[in-house]
Amino acid sequence: MPCTGKVDVIHIMRAFEKGADGVAVVGCLEGECHFNAGNLMARRRVEQAQKILETVGIGGERAQMYNLSSSEGPLFAKYATEMTEKIKALGPNPIRDAKNKAA
Amino acid sequence: MIVADKKPIEEIIEYLKDHKNILILGCNECVTVCEAGGQKEVGVLASALRMHASKEGKEVKIDELTLERQCDREYLDELRDSIDQYDAVVSLACGVGVQFTAEQYHDKPIYPGVNTSFLGATEERGVWTERCQACGQCVLATTGGICPVARCAKRLFNGPCGGSTTGRCEINAEVDCAWQLIVDRLKALDKLDEYERLCPIKDWSTDRAGGPRKVVREDVKQ
Repeated sequence: MPCTGKVDVIHIMRAFEKGADGVAVVGCLEGECHFNAGNLMARRRVEQAQKILETVGIGGERAQMYNLSSSEGPLFAKYATEMTEKIKALGPNPIRDAKNKAA
Repeated sequence: MIVADKKPIEEIIEYLKDHKNILILGCNECVTVCEAGGQKEVGVLASALRMHASKEGKEVKIDELTLERQCDREYLDELRDSIDQYDAVVSLACGVGVQFTAEQYHDKPIYPGVNTSFLGATEERGVWTERCQACGQCVLATTGGICPVARCAKRLFNGPCGGSTTGRCEINAEVDCAWQLIVDRLKALDKLDEYERLCPIKDWSTDRAGGPRKVVREDVKQ
């Protein structure tokens, strides 16, 4: 998705439903959205998804929002590593685990 | 419009614990506008319920459908051919839609997916406020277009009570005193003399006090 302003709760939910272990939404820096508030709305939607994921037992921490500018390659790499480590620590998506056990 | 709020997912999970084939049924009208029960909310709730079921190791089929309205039989009829494949329906319509769906499909459990709140307006995205209590006998013509039934905590008809302070209601400092709003508006309309006119005792039989209400319009009835 080229702009986090388009990200909706359902996009994050579907990713987890299909077995994703984590979802990182990376938007432009806050205050620098071309459409004024797209990345701020995205953050709220990520927070909404986190609450739902927590409620249904998947874990809210698996969805995260990051902000950076397009010139911050090293920071993107740092966030990607941070997210990977976080998800590794949380383990696989419990849905996949449950499906494997059932099979 | 009818304003509703989403029910906590935990509550819906509890309703559905014994069901295996579930339909999440949205409504394209008021609950879509107040972002509680439209197609989007149907998708998110269905996805959450599917994930919860998978995690619990339960095999549950959850389908999604959003009707144009749930308060009209012609739209509810769209379910006629498919309803038998479900053992429960979660309706994200207002209380009217939930009940009308239940009346139409008598042997099917229909659970509410939202809490119906009030008749209101959108102040801004995510903020809705009450404007009407459907009392059945509109007085807005004499109160400057501001309703003392819906907006005055005491439903007073002849000016504010002693709890009105600096234009605010005593129940909550964030709530405007309806009578302050009425006086201000009558002043702006240069109709302050109407404030002097005593409002007779209201006939509450058209409100809920008279029991469930019915409107019959012979001019349009078939």
